[in-house]
Amino acid sequence: MLSKRIIPCLDVHAGRTTKGVKFENNVDIGDPVEMARVYYEGGADEIVFYDITASHEKRDIMIDVVRRVAETIFIPFSVGGGIRTLEDMRAVLLAGAEKVSVNSAAVKNPDIISQGAAAFGSQCVVLGMDVKKVEKSDTIPSGYEIVINGGRQYMGMDALAWALEAQALGAGEICLNSIDADGTKDGYELTLTELISTNVDIPVIASGGAGHPSHLNDVLTKGNADAALIASMVHYGAYTISEIKSYLTDQGVRVRQTW
Amino acid sequence: MIAVIDYDAGNLTSVSRALTHIGVENVVTNDADVIAAAERIIFPGVGAAGSAMKSLVRLGLDQVIRQAVAEGKPVLGICLGTQIILGSSRENQTECLGIIDGKVDAFSEVFAARGINGLKIPHMGWNRIQMKTPHPVFAGINESDEFYFVHGFFPQPADPAQVLAKTDYGIEFSSVIGKGNLVATQFHPEKSGRPGLTVLKNFSRWQPC
Repeated sequence: MLSKRIIPCLDVHAGRTTKGVKFENNVDIGDPVEMARVYYEGGADEIVFYDITASHEKRDIMIDVVRRVAETIFIPFSVGGGIRTLEDMRAVLLAGAEKVSVNSAAVKNPDIISQGAAAFGSQCVVLGMDVKKVEKSDTIPSGYEIVINGGRQYMGMDALAWALEAQALGAGEICLNSIDADGTKDGYELTLTELISTNVDIPVIASGGAGHPSHLNDVLTKGNADAALIASMVHYGAYTISEIKSYLTDQGVRVRQTW
Repeated sequence: MIAVIDYDAGNLTSVSRALTHIGVENVVTNDADVIAAAERIIFPGVGAAGSAMKSLVRLGLDQVIRQAVAEGKPVLGICLGTQIILGSSRENQTECLGIIDGKVDAFSEVFAARGINGLKIPHMGWNRIQMKTPHPVFAGINESDEFYFVHGFFPQPADPAQVLAKTDYGIEFSSVIGKGNLVATQFHPEKSGRPGLTVLKNFSRWQPC
């Protein structure tokens, strides 16, 4: 059977890796290419790079990072952040990324999903979703709303409806980030993850809130996620990927054990 | 020199980068003469069968590949490249190269027919392979090693002897197929870490008899 994937996420700002709490106060923690190599050799199943560089001029720095990562690691990796056009997607894929994720741009212009899927294949197109828990309403029947701009802007879109629409448009995978859980280390948003993952047919990567290996166990079993994104719990040396995988194996979760 | 065939079907540079990383000289090309002159050939591919076959025919590469296989040159198919080697694909109802007798089926149709629910499509991620027949290209690969897959369709050779390995995803499907000088994987060795690089290295030295 398919193994559950453990995916370190590196936030990259102007060519350096950073990590913030609730999308703020990002601090420099290292060279993304070197960190990718360490995670690759340490058993990461995939790596996600999220470009948080604000200015468009610095996009070239990210493309250079992608190119160097592609020469260094031989597992899939995806790049998201600031992808607005088909040309942005093409540049990232040509530089060597396996997948590209679209988030705010897809909310504003859903056609970028279908265009990307037609041009590069669905397997290349990941929908990134930032989600906040809200009161259930006629507009937001699931009680989970799509937000953009790092969680500051509510879009009046229901998270489940958007996930299903993106799937229909040709998204090959969903990276589901709970803004409420992000950076808390208190565990993933299990209800949200289970809701989305059991209602779509494409794989779901759970994101936000990982602080302990048991959190991954929860989201991969109760949350029904296909993969779990991790950041601070490995970036600062609290756990290695190997330790997390040993724990999950002991809990009966199938993960890749040799690399 | 390994020729990596370029037919506008996805991320070919990753195969080239992996070969370069393990010190194997390679060229990404759609030039029939370069391919004919190469010592061995990798036939990769990501995307849909219909447009891939059209590109191959337009570039005249369908004949080049058939000829290379007929000449006994070592050929490695990867993912879509593997599927296109068979007779036909359910994807876009495509007539394929027919180098190996058989067809390419869709997980969605097979799961529906057998009442298998709850499995995501595409089959995306890491999975094991069970070798049915030992093969030099898989020397040094252990049962616990996993490979990276991303596909909604899978090959079904007519002759079971041409199934070299199987993988479990709701059903047992053929994940490595081959005959003679041809070996083809449904997974991506270039994205499968150490075991994948081992497969590429083995292929670069393989002398089919």
